[in-house]
Amino acid sequence: MNSTENKLTMSAEKQTAFVNLVENTDFEVRSLDAVCVNDSHLKHPWYFNLKYLLVGVLFGIIFVKAELISWYRIQEMFRFQSFHMYGVIGSAVMVGMISVWVIKRFNIKTIYGEVIEFHPKKFNKGNVYGGLLFGFGWALTGACPGPLFAQIGTGALVVVVTLLSAIVGTWVYGYFRERLPH
Amino acid sequence: MNEILDVLKQPWPWYVAGPLIGLTVPALLILGNKSFGISSSLRHICASCFPANIKFFKYDWKKEAWNLFFVAGILFGGILTAAFLGSNEPIQINENLRTELASYGVTDISSLVPTQIFNFENLFTLRGFVMIVVGGLLVGFGTRYAGGCTSGHAIMGLSNLQMPSLIATCCFMVGGIIMANLVLPYILSL
Repeated sequence: MNSTENKLTMSAEKQTAFVNLVENTDFEVRSLDAVCVNDSHLKHPWYFNLKYLLVGVLFGIIFVKAELISWYRIQEMFRFQSFHMYGVIGSAVMVGMISVWVIKRFNIKTIYGEVIEFHPKKFNKGNVYGGLLFGFGWALTGACPGPLFAQIGTGALVVVVTLLSAIVGTWVYGYFRERLPH
Repeated sequence: MNEILDVLKQPWPWYVAGPLIGLTVPALLILGNKSFGISSSLRHICASCFPANIKFFKYDWKKEAWNLFFVAGILFGGILTAAFLGSNEPIQINENLRTELASYGVTDISSLVPTQIFNFENLFTLRGFVMIVVGGLLVGFGTRYAGGCTSGHAIMGLSNLQMPSLIATCCFMVGGIIMANLVLPYILSL
């Protein structure tokens, strides 16, 4: 009887350890990943996500009308032939900074009353190697991931191939991740 | 009403578009504690469609579904703009760029994506393949390796004063400057 009990406790402990291990690795993966952090602890039905669809629509319209999805604008930026992109990114960052400061300073909550959380990012070598590789791709395709979706929307259907390639690229990174310097 | 529409149809200046994009950061935070970032949507697509037992794709992607709704919205935004807010004016580009592109046979500047490079037939040429497919691979691989793209690092990360994001953003720019000035001319003349 005693030994069976022991066995049961052991397996339970093992189970907890296993769960912890799984959770920890997941956390590590996520902490390396700058943007893949879902901060909300609330569970909502799927249609609550429609508000993000709406923000996306507005965002997509800005993308197109400000010509951020233009291959030419990206070339002009990298060749220092136009101020446009620097103005857009610079003023976006200024407004973003002020917003984040205001949220922290006045402890502004979400519309559901949750405290807004910020996660500090930890440096790893991927920020450099990956950053350079993405820079190469950005200049070639004239698009970062957001504009890819907007370009397809405006009717540049071949960009579907670029988007699929980008998904494959992400997958390939996931596959080789453990062997890459970080 | 028509006058408003006419103004909206013009290309928007940077001092209008930039602040609006900056406001996406607090909008997503206040709507539901979401950190602005787009490239992670590519990871969620991998995780949902072909995780292939890879640890990096084994997580509850359904919790991140908001991000997929967000990028679907961007796609719809593109469709709506093309349908209702299209500008009839020709696209303005820098004269030096125009001359240089003409020397590579890229002369049609009627759409934001140069159709003489980015079209389905060109997928089977070396130039088209490198720019469309290899470029896409680099975007997907690079953003995930860097842990974010222009939105996650350059806008969200810098807004939150994160040093790794500043380093990543500088590397995006260095990579792009090298490619556009030193390598792309050779690729365009293929």
